[in-house]
Amino acid sequence: MILDWLLPVLLLSVLALALAGAVRRVSLWRAGQPSPVNIISGLMAMPRRYLVDLHHVVERDKYMSNTHVATAGGFVLSLVLILLVHLFGIESKLLAWALLASSVLMFVGATFVYKRRKNPPSRLSKGPWMRLPKSLLVFSATFFIITLPAAGILPEGFGGWVLALILAAGVVWGLGEMVFGMTWGGPMKHAFAGALHLAFHRRPERFGGGRSTGLKPVDLDAPVLGVQKPTDFKWNQLLGFDACVQCGKCEAMCPAFAAGQPLNPKKLIQDMVIGLAGGTDAKFAGSPYPGIELGNAKGGPDSTITEGLVNPDTLWSCTTCRACVEECPMMIEHVDAIVDMRRFLTLEKGNTPGKGAEVLDNLIATDNPNGFEPGSRMNWAADQNLKVMSEVKEADVLFWVSDGAFDMRSQRILRAFVKLLKAANVDFAVLGDEERDSGDVARRLGDDATFQSLAKRNVAVMNQYRFKRIVTTDPHAFHVLKNEYGDFGGHYEVLHHTTFINELVKEGRIQLGAHKGGTVTYHDPCYLGRYNGEYESPRELLAALGIQVAEMERSGFRSRCCGGGGGAPITDIPGERRIADMRMEDANATGAELVAVGCQQCTAMLEGVVEPRPEVKDIAELVADVLVESAEPASRKRDELAVEVA
Amino acid sequence: MQPELNIVALVSVGQHPKSGRARRAEQDARAVELGLRLSGEKVQVLHAGDVAEESLRSYAGMGLKQLRVLQQSAGADASLALGDYLSEHQPDIVLTGVRAESGESSGMTPYLLAEKLGWPLVTRIADIAKIENGEAEILQALPRGQRRAIKVRLPFVASVDNAAEAPRQSAYGPGRRAQLEPLPWVEAADEVRASFDEAPARKRPKRLKMVKAKTAAERFKAATAKSQGGGGRIMKDEPPREQAQAIFDLLLEEGVLR
Repeated sequence: MILDWLLPVLLLSVLALALAGAVRRVSLWRAGQPSPVNIISGLMAMPRRYLVDLHHVVERDKYMSNTHVATAGGFVLSLVLILLVHLFGIESKLLAWALLASSVLMFVGATFVYKRRKNPPSRLSKGPWMRLPKSLLVFSATFFIITLPAAGILPEGFGGWVLALILAAGVVWGLGEMVFGMTWGGPMKHAFAGALHLAFHRRPERFGGGRSTGLKPVDLDAPVLGVQKPTDFKWNQLLGFDACVQCGKCEAMCPAFAAGQPLNPKKLIQDMVIGLAGGTDAKFAGSPYPGIELGNAKGGPDSTITEGLVNPDTLWSCTTCRACVEECPMMIEHVDAIVDMRRFLTLEKGNTPGKGAEVLDNLIATDNPNGFEPGSRMNWAADQNLKVMSEVKEADVLFWVSDGAFDMRSQRILRAFVKLLKAANVDFAVLGDEERDSGDVARRLGDDATFQSLAKRNVAVMNQYRFKRIVTTDPHAFHVLKNEYGDFGGHYEVLHHTTFINELVKEGRIQLGAHKGGTVTYHDPCYLGRYNGEYESPRELLAALGIQVAEMERSGFRSRCCGGGGGAPITDIPGERRIADMRMEDANATGAELVAVGCQQCTAMLEGVVEPRPEVKDIAELVADVLVESAEPASRKRDELAVEVA
Repeated sequence: MQPELNIVALVSVGQHPKSGRARRAEQDARAVELGLRLSGEKVQVLHAGDVAEESLRSYAGMGLKQLRVLQQSAGADASLALGDYLSEHQPDIVLTGVRAESGESSGMTPYLLAEKLGWPLVTRIADIAKIENGEAEILQALPRGQRRAIKVRLPFVASVDNAAEAPRQSAYGPGRRAQLEPLPWVEAADEVRASFDEAPARKRPKRLKMVKAKTAAERFKAATAKSQGGGGRIMKDEPPREQAQAIFDLLLEEGVLR
């Protein structure tokens, strides 16, 4: 029987070819910049990362997670058993039966893959990916039949040479797709690159329920700042791009894509793959960037990405909302890559679009994005009688005011929050004119030099004073202070004001009445939710006001961005719709009369939607509206004073 | 682009009007921008002062390979050093801002340089449209968006108005890497300047404007109308002597000549 000698030969040669492909692929990744990883512990942690962390993401879609478990589990098991049974020729009925079982498992999984591919949603890539379910079926069916004699079910040599030929063809197809294709760029590449990507992820903190969202600082003395060519990425970033399964979950969530701006996170990652391996995007089988035709992008490891491969507008469309990263089952870091490339455009090319250059100049010259007089930062609080750190040197809470101080709408939020702090007798102080922009916008516009300068000066100021924690009403400042100042010697306990007010309410330090009015919905700010995992406090607080939140379809970790992050309102890349309008449609669908927010940018973006629309209010304002002010704290103050005097 | 042209753009240390921080001066940056568009990287950018001044890097970040600095201490008269250097190097075009944002800010530098070099001075230019056969076609900026076309023979000095094209964004990386080349230079103390007392400006009360216009159309007309000089006189056909006499009389009358 020809298969007796052909099968081991085929297996061996495919394995050898796959090994060669693997070496080539690894060398493509290694062309990237060094990034220290712990190889042993990474590989050891890989199975857990795959089975727990990755599966946790995939499980959001039950159909697909079960399908993937059956197909992938069946395949891995089958492959191991195939090697044992058909290559090493171990004659064991038990192994043969196990192989039969695993190939059946894989076959069942593959039929579900096949079903999903009958009418694939637009987010899925077509092309070779449409072939994959058939390859899976062929692989599992072929090896099922081939193994029947070894299991003693059928006699050796059944079916004659016709069947043998058909089976040989099936083996070639199956092994070609599943093993050879794995390292030579077929759809199965995701398994090979994905496994290694999980092992050598640039943000290992993300596994095991952790969170790592702060951007990494640029070495300002490097010969080229930011990422110019694909090889300027860290090697494990390149590996991450290669792990993409083109499932398009990022595309389905991306607010810029939905708004018709020229960004599609999936296509961007595939363009990075084109960049690292060389070639064009003519064969890309998914949705293009809105408004940009396929087939014109060309790239290679050593050519400038923004000249021919990716249009700069694509990079500037991103609001850094992290919806793609949150959704990606492969845990690819889209936002890191986008900001890396923006850094090159801003720091090396001086090509920040829209009002970018003006905003950055203002940040450099006046420490605020609109060029207001730095000495007027406290004007909003002229009537508030706030303690300033430079005078008191010490307080329980440092209230980080943020650039909202210059904006009249945001000042209403600040006042409401101050009212609550005072009602709860919190010992707090502000930095006053010593405060500077947190650097959030500068950093997301790619100007890490300005960010670092602002961060270092803010840290230097704050480290002069003693306080237990920082509270801010701006989720962007919150994120930056909490997660990005650590690299510059600023380690603080930072709270968002909703978390802090919620604490005050729970401790009974402020008395609240009930909110009056119609339906209320809550919009999760990206930098509070996805970046920092705070979904509960705002909701608890709203519940404390007697509000039952009518949740939008996209809320919590799937909240849709307001369009105000990442400097997007500054670069202002044109699209077909406005992101804020789409978000307001989400709110309208709940029938809400009021959208509760926890962010001044979101407030500005959502209030920019034309009326009629629900009212937009910050949670601090809602709480302050129903605050029951008692005379008691004042008298207590007098008593304390009396004690001090005595 | 005219690669064979030798253009020098003079830059000073600017000052942000709100924060008072040193920065790239707006008009000087426009001079550099114009120079870059006329002769690319070959434009020579020149500063008289301290090579360690950080804000010079923001000019360099516009894409300059190098920036030459005539070393001068704080109290020196920059216009003398610049004049020496320029008469030695004899460029084709010298571009300056109209007025510096810091220091004396008298706006005299282009005049003093033109006088010293003996070249024509074109003030407040918006653009240099064309340079051909040793002659430049210049657009001079006039109030209310008006432009005047002027032809000048090279070499000349021009001060660049705010109406010129806005300067390109300054990129941090190239700014860091550009070479700031210090040239030790003879300096002369600015004695007049030394005798000045500097004090923060006081806000002067603003004269309230009487709005006479009743309709939007009238307001628009008032805002766009050409200012009409009342007392002027146009003399075109009179003999030169008579014209000169009229100018002389006016200068006497205005107290310019005594």
